[in-house]
Amino acid sequence: MLLALVLVPLILAAAAWAVPSGRVRPWIVPAAGVVNAALFVAVLRFGSGPEAGGWIVLDPLGKLVLGFVTMLYLFCSFYAPGYLSERAERPNRLFCTSMLVFLGAMSLVVLSHHMGLMWVAIETTTLASAPLIYFNHNPRSLEATWKYLLIGSVGIALALFGSFFIAYSALHAGLQSTLLFDDLVREAPLLSRPWLHAAFVLLFVGYGTKMGLAPMHTWKPDAYGEAPGLVGALLAGGLTNCAFLALLRFYMIVNAGGGGAFARRMMVVTGLVSMAVAAVFVVRQKDYKRMLAYSSVEHMGILIIGIGIGGLGVFGSLMHLVNNGLTKGVLFLTAGNIHRAYASKVTDHVSGALRRLPVSAALFMAGFFAITGSPPFGPFLSELTILNSAIGEGRYAVAALFLLFLAVIFVGMGATVFAVCQGNPSEQASATTFRDSFKTCIAPAIFLALALVMGIWVPRPLADLMRAGAAYVEGRP
Amino acid sequence: MDPRIDPLLVIVLLVNFFSLGASRLRTVISAVALQGVVLGVLVVLVHGEIAIRPALLAAGAIVLKGLVIPAMLEKAMRDAAIKREVEPYVGFIPSLLLGALGTGLSLLFARTLPLAPEHAGSMMVPASLATVLTGFLVLTTRRKAINQVVGYLILENGIFIFGLLLVEAMPFLVEVGVLLDLFVGIFVMGIIVNHISRTFSSMDADNLTALKD
Repeated sequence: MLLALVLVPLILAAAAWAVPSGRVRPWIVPAAGVVNAALFVAVLRFGSGPEAGGWIVLDPLGKLVLGFVTMLYLFCSFYAPGYLSERAERPNRLFCTSMLVFLGAMSLVVLSHHMGLMWVAIETTTLASAPLIYFNHNPRSLEATWKYLLIGSVGIALALFGSFFIAYSALHAGLQSTLLFDDLVREAPLLSRPWLHAAFVLLFVGYGTKMGLAPMHTWKPDAYGEAPGLVGALLAGGLTNCAFLALLRFYMIVNAGGGGAFARRMMVVTGLVSMAVAAVFVVRQKDYKRMLAYSSVEHMGILIIGIGIGGLGVFGSLMHLVNNGLTKGVLFLTAGNIHRAYASKVTDHVSGALRRLPVSAALFMAGFFAITGSPPFGPFLSELTILNSAIGEGRYAVAALFLLFLAVIFVGMGATVFAVCQGNPSEQASATTFRDSFKTCIAPAIFLALALVMGIWVPRPLADLMRAGAAYVEGRP
Repeated sequence: MDPRIDPLLVIVLLVNFFSLGASRLRTVISAVALQGVVLGVLVVLVHGEIAIRPALLAAGAIVLKGLVIPAMLEKAMRDAAIKREVEPYVGFIPSLLLGALGTGLSLLFARTLPLAPEHAGSMMVPASLATVLTGFLVLTTRRKAINQVVGYLILENGIFIFGLLLVEAMPFLVEVGVLLDLFVGIFVMGIIVNHISRTFSSMDADNLTALKD
């Protein structure tokens, strides 16, 4: 049953490659989104134990992340046919196939409880998403893809190195050689400390590169800036969360092995650095898609700060994983619409979007308020939880810096967003005939509604799942 | 441990220095191919006996790292009509010095990591760390996109050496997955390198500087 979540998208990917018609093919993507969501619901309903000798397991943390990625992909996939019909001039065979392989690989990352298998899955997500970023086939997207592929590959190579270190620490301790996460967490107290620390540094740099934490974030503005908005939403809301999950799995091992304080210190410092870098580059950022990329760097920082503080912060982080992903969905999809309409993504040429594209621009504005932590949206609640835990743990300096960076980023992003949305439509506004339509606005509208719901009332089962996930991460029963 | 392992690791380290100091791209590619073949031989030696699994892995490593990938890189080189220049950002002598420094540091750092009894006195860990660092150096100091791919390949070779310590612990599926991922990764990079040379009519990564803040 669990394996179907990986295999069905791959089979559909082969089908998408085989379909000859470029008009029919894009509809396979939403079909896959629906089938995948149905499969996930079936898994939740009928339960599903470990498969493939404990290599494939759905734990509480996996349920949360996989549930979110499935939902994000479902609504994003509704956006795909509309987008691809706007881009009928470009062949979409590779794009559709990669979209589906990407989905299967993300599910495999979440489900795999085997260090090696998870590594292969993450590498696959990189390879499958490279053609998505290169969709426009112009020099700029080529440069972005090159950086993404090279930096991403080096990152996961280092993660592999770190995984080997962990395996060796088990070998050194004379344990039955195993690469299963559950075994490693159980036997962590016996693992050799120097190897474990060295491993975590490599894994943190490696999967941190994939998450886009500063200073390993340099691929992110380029990739998110040049990729279609749809791809940006999936990368910023889906893939980064998968990389975060990978990092958490290793954090659990190190934490159980007595290196928790060391790992948490690294997380808080890197998280604050990420927020600081985002704050510096968001201010006076003229390119609104690159601005979103820096916002993603910021929020990845927030995620690991929550883990680094611990306690309530872990719960806040898991909540923020959902809220950030939802809001990034709103922002990237509407930014994609605005980009389509103006054929430009710099504020020099783009203004008056509220008149040119009333629905998309309104959603974009609302998304901006949500992501910067304004009530009543979800991110407000999760950021407040993390801030609360920092103060509760007596980490006043962390709390103060956290607030400072949030404020700077609010102002910086605000300037760009208002320049895009307000005023009179610029000359560039008549560059294309693109109009808001149901098929390009429904997905971001759903995401915004969900982000709003998350801010007002977190559904009980979801809150329980987050609590269970937080307990699981911290190794509490 | 087999006494023939350490001399082979010395060859690996020599290839590292050679690829930092050589100016002709073709010879660097050949040297890295040699490194790949040595790694394949190492797989068999580390295992100590001839068995199917290590033999398959060794064959995979030799075919992919020693033949297929170098051939792909040479083809990319021919297609882009590069003659020979490596064109580093950092001169050959400084990068050799950096390589030597990295190798020295690897030796020092490896001493802080405790080894299992059966690996005591082995050069495997420092050789692996030094090769990874060399790969990093090549990756960051060379101008041509194809050179960066070569750097990535050296980096992967370094990690592969470390993997040899774990042949017992690593199930076959993962070993093959790692090789295959490497192959597909290099393959995709090769395609992109081709696009770069067609789009910009040169492979300089210098062309790839339009995106910045």
